[in-house]
Amino acid sequence: MAPAADVAKYAAGLEVGTLMDVRKTYKLFIGGEFVRSESGRAYRFDGSINVPRGSRKDLRDAIRAARTAFPGWAARTAMNRGQILYRAAEMLDGRRAQFVEVLGGGRTASREVESAVDALIWYAGWTDKLAQVAGNTNPVSGPYFNFTIPEPTGVVGIIAPEDPALAGLVRRVAPALCGGNTVVVLAPEAAPLPALTLAEVLATSDVPGGVVNVIGGYHRELLPWLAAHMDVNAIDTAGCTPEELTAIEKAAAENVKRVIKSPPGELSPQLITAFMEMKTVWHPIGV
Amino acid sequence: MAITKRRTAELAKQVFEYAPAPESTDHIKIEPHYDLFIGGRMVAAHSKKRFPTINPATEEKLSEVVEADEIDVDKAVKAAGKAFDSWSRLAPSRRARYLFRISRLLQERARELAVVETMDGGKPIKESRDVDIPLSAAHFFYYAGWADKLEWAFPNRKPRPLGVAGQVIPWNFPLLMLAWKIAPALAAGNTVVLKPAETTPLSAMLFADICQQAELPPGVVNIVTGAGKTGSMVISHPGVKKVAFTGSTEVGKLIQRSLAGSGKRLTLELGGKAANIVFEDAPLDAAIEGIVNGIYFNQGHVCCAGSRLLVQESIAEPLLEKLKLRLGTLRLGDPLDKNTDIGAINSKAQLEKIEGMVESGVEEGAELFQPECKLPERGFWFPPTLFTNVSQSYRIAREEIFGPVLSVLTFRTPAEAVEKANNTPYGLSAGVWTDKGSRILWMAERMRAGVVWANTFNRFDPSSPFGGYKESGFGREGGLHGLLPYVELN
Amino acid sequence: MWSVATALSLSHLGSLMRGVRSVDEVGADERAASLAKRSIKKSSKLWALDLAIRCMDLTTLEGSDTPGKIAALSAKGIRPKPGDGSIPSVAAICVYPARVAEAKEHLRNSGVRVASVATAFPSGQSFLSVKLSETREAVAAGADEVDMVIDRGAFLSGDYQKVYDEIVAVKDACGDAHLKVILETGELGTYDSVRRASILAMAAGADFIKTSTGKVQPAATLPVSLVMMEAIRDFVRETGRPVGFKPAGGIRTSKQAIAYLVVLYETLGPDWMTPERFRLGASTLLNDVLMQIEKERTGAYQSGDYFTID
Repeated sequence: MAPAADVAKYAAGLEVGTLMDVRKTYKLFIGGEFVRSESGRAYRFDGSINVPRGSRKDLRDAIRAARTAFPGWAARTAMNRGQILYRAAEMLDGRRAQFVEVLGGGRTASREVESAVDALIWYAGWTDKLAQVAGNTNPVSGPYFNFTIPEPTGVVGIIAPEDPALAGLVRRVAPALCGGNTVVVLAPEAAPLPALTLAEVLATSDVPGGVVNVIGGYHRELLPWLAAHMDVNAIDTAGCTPEELTAIEKAAAENVKRVIKSPPGELSPQLITAFMEMKTVWHPIGV
Repeated sequence: MAITKRRTAELAKQVFEYAPAPESTDHIKIEPHYDLFIGGRMVAAHSKKRFPTINPATEEKLSEVVEADEIDVDKAVKAAGKAFDSWSRLAPSRRARYLFRISRLLQERARELAVVETMDGGKPIKESRDVDIPLSAAHFFYYAGWADKLEWAFPNRKPRPLGVAGQVIPWNFPLLMLAWKIAPALAAGNTVVLKPAETTPLSAMLFADICQQAELPPGVVNIVTGAGKTGSMVISHPGVKKVAFTGSTEVGKLIQRSLAGSGKRLTLELGGKAANIVFEDAPLDAAIEGIVNGIYFNQGHVCCAGSRLLVQESIAEPLLEKLKLRLGTLRLGDPLDKNTDIGAINSKAQLEKIEGMVESGVEEGAELFQPECKLPERGFWFPPTLFTNVSQSYRIAREEIFGPVLSVLTFRTPAEAVEKANNTPYGLSAGVWTDKGSRILWMAERMRAGVVWANTFNRFDPSSPFGGYKESGFGREGGLHGLLPYVELN
Repeated sequence: MWSVATALSLSHLGSLMRGVRSVDEVGADERAASLAKRSIKKSSKLWALDLAIRCMDLTTLEGSDTPGKIAALSAKGIRPKPGDGSIPSVAAICVYPARVAEAKEHLRNSGVRVASVATAFPSGQSFLSVKLSETREAVAAGADEVDMVIDRGAFLSGDYQKVYDEIVAVKDACGDAHLKVILETGELGTYDSVRRASILAMAAGADFIKTSTGKVQPAATLPVSLVMMEAIRDFVRETGRPVGFKPAGGIRTSKQAIAYLVVLYETLGPDWMTPERFRLGASTLLNDVLMQIEKERTGAYQSGDYFTID
């Protein structure tokens, strides 16, 4: 009910009152685009923020986007994937203040952002070294050249841990991307903002659309669909409760999904290979 | 030169086709029945149930084994658990010595093991003699060397054993699968309870004897016989920390589901429907041998068998002509005959499954080819079989047959070959035949399969990791990567 | 495989030769090794050993060959085991051109044929006119069969046309005599070349293709023979004209001979198990075969003292 005088002032471009922030609409990140849930639903987080409540159809779309993006991402050179992960670290570092705020501020939040940046850089450096450490030539008994190389397993579902919400997520997503997989992240229900915000970082880091997709929503609605989806090759369960884990493991058997259960804080090349398949190639040696 | 050419040819045919050269069995001693191998010796079972194991080539009973029950399995797991305390703390170099010793004993008793393997499973003696047994011994030798070098396998990590491994193995390569399971487990410091397949328990029983001969500490290896039920008791026992299974995808899924929430580590080596892809520039005669070896090796009872032949349309005709001729020279018959190429089907049940699949192929409209082939009257046999006019959608092109049945499909371009090859829920192996180096690597890169054989097929080696993508399972056996499923990294 | 008919009508023999399908060396070695493990027993073995004698080109190719040596070898060829009528004669006696007349004389009416090497054996490094006149003279002296060598120098330098033309010319010079073309596989370097040379020789009119002179190591091997037999199989499929095969050099034991017969049987089939399509070139194989036959018959291992050494 603005008085007519105020309206006139406003229309004339004059300031009214104090600073007023532009609120962000949090969205899902699917196929490189920020979208609302197709269901039109949201849930209230932190009293005032609406978080999109992704549906199983959103999940399906995200998985489809990840599958479509997979061959291209897997075919990038290792060096290129490394540069893109490093670019993500740069972008994250540039938004340090924003993430510190999202994480609640203070020294702990600042340290967490720092460790997320660290993880991205650490895995960025692994892309073009992993095959040298995890791959081999194998000295078989016979006139054959035989080598083993790690290859990405495909589409990976990541159930992001709630705490630490940013560093925990980055520590799972980075190794999966490092190996050449594409990813569908299920943001933690109780701490969705870091994941949804990280999508903004990835969107500006030359990560091709569909390589990382982020879905927010209720675990109880989404987990069964993710676990049973026949086009998902692996699931990282870092953010699961024991009950959820059991349910996921049961459903995962339907297409023999790889279920990854490493400790959430782990940083290791074995975590990269956990999302990978070892391919062994034989060829005769002759003239 | 009085003999006419025609007559010579006929004589030659007789002489070279019917020349039985049976491996002697007089040095083989098979007990009328076997107990269970628990805690370092053969012990009487609690279960009173026994079942026969027969020679599938003759249907004669070879022996009887126990169908171990819950109490027997519990005893075996407890023996393994007890042994784990000392075995995992034994100096790694000493663990290595036991494994080297076992490898040597396998070599020393190679012929005995080969003959028993062939009698119990139906595979040709030339395969058990030249492939199964030497590879089994080599596998132990390879992993023996790793036992005291684990820190070099996983730099910057501290590998530790997991505990008792419950292992369930199939009937197609009984001793070799035993070796694939036991050697890395023991090298890493675990102890095991192993259940051999119900139709092929005998080489495992001989292995029990070899463990005793090697003076392997009691309980490090325990072997319980039985069928699926016994297997499920082994894997579900709370004392088992790690489960390794090789077998069908169907059972693999059941196991994965049943272990949900148990915290047990799991590796699965399951089924396959491999594409063997032949390009028009392939070295054809080698490719023919590779195709034959790919699908008729071990009667096609091979999870990585090249059961789908994808041949470039431009050479389909001459290739099939050659292939059919070659099938005519395969000798089917007494598995103990050194000249036999195709032995007996492992069991009646498997034979019926193969027959059913072949029937479905005919019904769906594929064209059947079988060379003239006389099947013995007793025993379980199936002639080498080839289907042409197969569509990607036919059951014989999608489902694992696990028998000597090849489905032939054609393709026009490399991209189409890739698409067809990967169009399956399986991903265990693939074959590529071409003379062009860059194309080999291009194809190898695109095959969604754990093993790619280029210009060869069905080669195995202890140093070479083996295992699948997708529904063919997870985890690798063989090589450095084969250690990972048996260690915890700190 | 390219069609022979096409090859003959085109002058671009070189590019056609390079289009001949390749051979995988490891695959060929493994296939040959697996066939070598075939074992045949007792009665079959006796038949196979008998066939080995009937298919044998009993050979002497020494600078020191004399009329006496030729006489002795001929006698041995006709009657490998004196006093034992059940042992057949060999297929042919293989000698240098200068010894053909003597061999012909000794073998008259025996059914054993005379084979002569020719074309500047073993190197083939001479003038075409010399090679042709040598061939004509050998045939005139009584040679039923001519074993020529290909010009490996020309082959390896890529001058396939020269090799081809020379074989055509020698074949012409042979008249009715059968022509065996020696590839000297030990000098060709790869199985790919062996296959190419096999197809070239057959296309040019060879009645037989033969592995080696015996003067170069390696001479005949099982895998190289397999590769040549596969080439024959493909050639027959394309043209319908059967071509014989002769491994030579280094075949000294019955076991080796039988292995060759097994590969022959499995590759070309029973129709090739006759002296008209298969020969074993050997100088020292015969006695081992005789000893093996005797062992199969009596059950006792034999001593060389009981077998004549000609």
